[in-house]
Amino acid sequence: MANVRFENVTFHYGKHCIFKNLSLTVEESQILCLVGPSGCGKTTLVRCLLGFIKPETGAIYVGDRCLFDADRGINVPPENRHIGVVFQDYAVWPHMTVWENVLYPMKKMGLPKEEREARAHHALEQVRMTGYEDHLPSQLSGGQQQRVAIARALVSSDEVIIMDEPITNLDAKLREEMLNEIRLIQHDIGTTILYITHDQEAALQLCDIMAIMDRDGSLCQIGQDEDIILRPANRFVFEFIGVSNFFPLVREKDHTYLEAGGRKFPYDSCPAEIFASGKPMEMGVRLNDIVFDENSPVRGTIERIIFLGSEYIYFIRLGDRTIRMQSNALDVMQRDPVAENQEVGLAFLQPRYYEAKPEEVNAQ
Amino acid sequence: MKFGMMQRQGSSDLAALDGKTFNLDKAMTIISFILLLIIVVIPIFMIVYNAFFYKGRLDLEMFRTVVFSKDNISAITNTVIIGVSVTVVGTIIGLFYAWLLGRSDIPCKSLMRALFMIPYMFPPFFGAMAWDMLLSGRGGYVNTWLMTHLGLTAPPFNINSLGGIIFVEVSYYFPFVFMQVVSALERMDPTLEESARIAGASQSTVIRRITLPLVTPAISAGALLILISSLAHFGVPAILGFSKQIYTLPTVIYAYIDRAGGSFEGIRQGAALSILLVFVVTMALILQKIVLSSGSYDIIKGKSMRPTLIKLRGAKYPLLLLAIVTLILIVLVPLIMIFLEGLVKAYGLPLVPENFTLDNFKAIASSKQTLDAIRNSLFLSISAGVLCMFLGVMIAYVVIKIKPKGKEILEMLSVLPYSIPGTVLAIGVILSWSGQLGINLYNTVWIILVAYMARYLSFSMKSASASLQQVHPSLEEAARACGASHTESLKDITLPLIRPAMIAGFFLIFLPSMRELTTSILLYGPYTRTLGVQIFALRDSGQIPQASALAGIAICIIIICNAIVTHITKDKRGV
Repeated sequence: MANVRFENVTFHYGKHCIFKNLSLTVEESQILCLVGPSGCGKTTLVRCLLGFIKPETGAIYVGDRCLFDADRGINVPPENRHIGVVFQDYAVWPHMTVWENVLYPMKKMGLPKEEREARAHHALEQVRMTGYEDHLPSQLSGGQQQRVAIARALVSSDEVIIMDEPITNLDAKLREEMLNEIRLIQHDIGTTILYITHDQEAALQLCDIMAIMDRDGSLCQIGQDEDIILRPANRFVFEFIGVSNFFPLVREKDHTYLEAGGRKFPYDSCPAEIFASGKPMEMGVRLNDIVFDENSPVRGTIERIIFLGSEYIYFIRLGDRTIRMQSNALDVMQRDPVAENQEVGLAFLQPRYYEAKPEEVNAQ
Repeated sequence: MKFGMMQRQGSSDLAALDGKTFNLDKAMTIISFILLLIIVVIPIFMIVYNAFFYKGRLDLEMFRTVVFSKDNISAITNTVIIGVSVTVVGTIIGLFYAWLLGRSDIPCKSLMRALFMIPYMFPPFFGAMAWDMLLSGRGGYVNTWLMTHLGLTAPPFNINSLGGIIFVEVSYYFPFVFMQVVSALERMDPTLEESARIAGASQSTVIRRITLPLVTPAISAGALLILISSLAHFGVPAILGFSKQIYTLPTVIYAYIDRAGGSFEGIRQGAALSILLVFVVTMALILQKIVLSSGSYDIIKGKSMRPTLIKLRGAKYPLLLLAIVTLILIVLVPLIMIFLEGLVKAYGLPLVPENFTLDNFKAIASSKQTLDAIRNSLFLSISAGVLCMFLGVMIAYVVIKIKPKGKEILEMLSVLPYSIPGTVLAIGVILSWSGQLGINLYNTVWIILVAYMARYLSFSMKSASASLQQVHPSLEEAARACGASHTESLKDITLPLIRPAMIAGFFLIFLPSMRELTTSILLYGPYTRTLGVQIFALRDSGQIPQASALAGIAICIIIICNAIVTHITKDKRGV
């Protein structure tokens, strides 16, 4: 068991800066999900930790072991870092059987034969792959290969395991099963896990702590899932986690208006201070935070209603724009029914105000 | 994609970051460059230098006399006529049979397909020998038979002519187009043709407007191979043309060197002609590019699909008959002829059991020269195969995984000898390694080995790089993360994964080396004859039955090795 620390790590590909002075700590026996859009530098960070690429500045520690320190000129080669890793494409060696795959890391560590075999058995048991020892990877399904990869990571290190989008290639049901399994295994042995994904749902299901990385490779917010969903640190986090609608706001003669589909609706519930900077502003709201309110001046027509069992989805036309809102089926039953083509008023719970993105300003 | 590539470059200088003094990646890169410099760059440079410079001074006089001599101009004309005709006829035949076997409902497809590949395995000069025995103007078996039975006064066929050379070369080179097009047809999405039919196009319109344009890249690749091979070909024109003074550039170069008996002047003249040959090949390549630059299409998929087959109806059996006759003519007749002639007591005797004997084989077994030739060829082919297998893997690894600066140069240099005629390469090797640079390997097997390596390195390099591209970088990285050093990850992961390609690469070199004639004929010394040279020499000295017997043995060796390579390439372990 050990924690993982990145301290002021900077990395460039040529002139392109991937991340600058990045610091992140994964606490002992914690699952931290590093979430960010594709190409934001998550994998690069992992490759720095594994030692496949060398950052320009900073230091990387696992527990007390210093793996990399730019100032002290320390750079431990990958084979001596002892970090378990599950690659995106599993990287199970196709020419070795399951048994050989799992034994390999321990052979390289020089463990005695009995211990090797005992640990390999145990690891395969943990990932529920007992009985497949003599199979070649080509004889296994994607999910099974992934479990072999996890078993191999488990035996390579009981301190830290890195998982780089290991479930993206699986179907939805298997994905959920695998997440549960990873959770259970982690619970049993208490390994520290750094889990990399662009899929926020997987992250929410799995992690103790989430770290959100934006497109420029900086960490916007590190916190528990509720924090991140309910109190997003900035617009990027708000937009990245969950689906939302954005409306431009206009300030005219001490009144605020909400613009949608070429129409303006009075919207004075919004605090006037947000315009203090003089920059164009927008209001963002999650689908579930839009509710029907007959007294609201924001009015639109219900275009279509979709029932999904636990949720209702409404498409509502405001001017020439159609927005989406979502209601819990239980709430819907407790209020007056609405029908398609009916005119409704809309109120916004928990609205969030952000500066408009430059390209959206130009478009207007 | 771009991002991914940058990542790979990042990991390449990894070992350098570890502060190690010895660096495997760097060592392999440097060795690759030096190696290609020695076996490719130096010979090419030496040809150009010697053709234009004499005793350190620019001298264009020799070049001019050689190039504009009347004999050589007729050799150029012959080379171009043969090259172009073989390409055109070979492409048409290859295309026709590819379509017949790939798209029609003709029976016994897979068997015929295998048979159509056979000419590809054998050296064309065996075919030339066989056809020479059958259709030679003087005493060819068929000619003699026809003359006695039909009462003709002149032989009806004459294989010792431009037409004869073209015929034999076509029968050995059309599989290039055939194989390329068959595989393109198989990978083509059949819905493309079906949509055209649904849109109202007739069968012939579909072939003309859809199928043909889609396989154009395959046709042009195959035709290019035919053209290069034919322009640079030595064996067939040498066997069929010498007796009638029909020369092509490769044979005229051989004649120069042979006549000069190793004198420097002769080799220089050969070098000048080599430049001419390279020029002709380059012009052909450029011309081909212009003619066929109609654009390529990337709608051919990697996966094999079941296309709709065209019903031949009434034409089915006539076409089947045509295919069978073609097969008999190009495959069976020459093979049987070689084997029968190998059994006959003396050339010209009727091929009846009373005249059969095993004496030719006994003569082979008791001739030291012949046994030496077999031993030399085995030694050369195995050494070239093994060396090229490892060097090819190394260069492929450098190009694909390490990606140093100048990897394009490395890649270009390693495939360059492929389009350089074997004759030219041999001259380059003679000029480089017979003392001018301080090393004299002339008349030893080593000079032949160097030439074979230059000629065939690209084969194993291509085979290894195709396979290395399949080895995802994460497999090696996973091994590193599991505690394996860079060298260990190469040994435990990468090499085992590309082993089938390495073995295939070995045979890709071993087989053509065993039957090589074009370069060996210019490089052999009194004690370093190869199998091809010995067959050629035996035939040249009139011992045709013994030459045939030896050719028969060579055919058997080739068949056995081919069976091994097919078996190995099939046996891939889940990669």
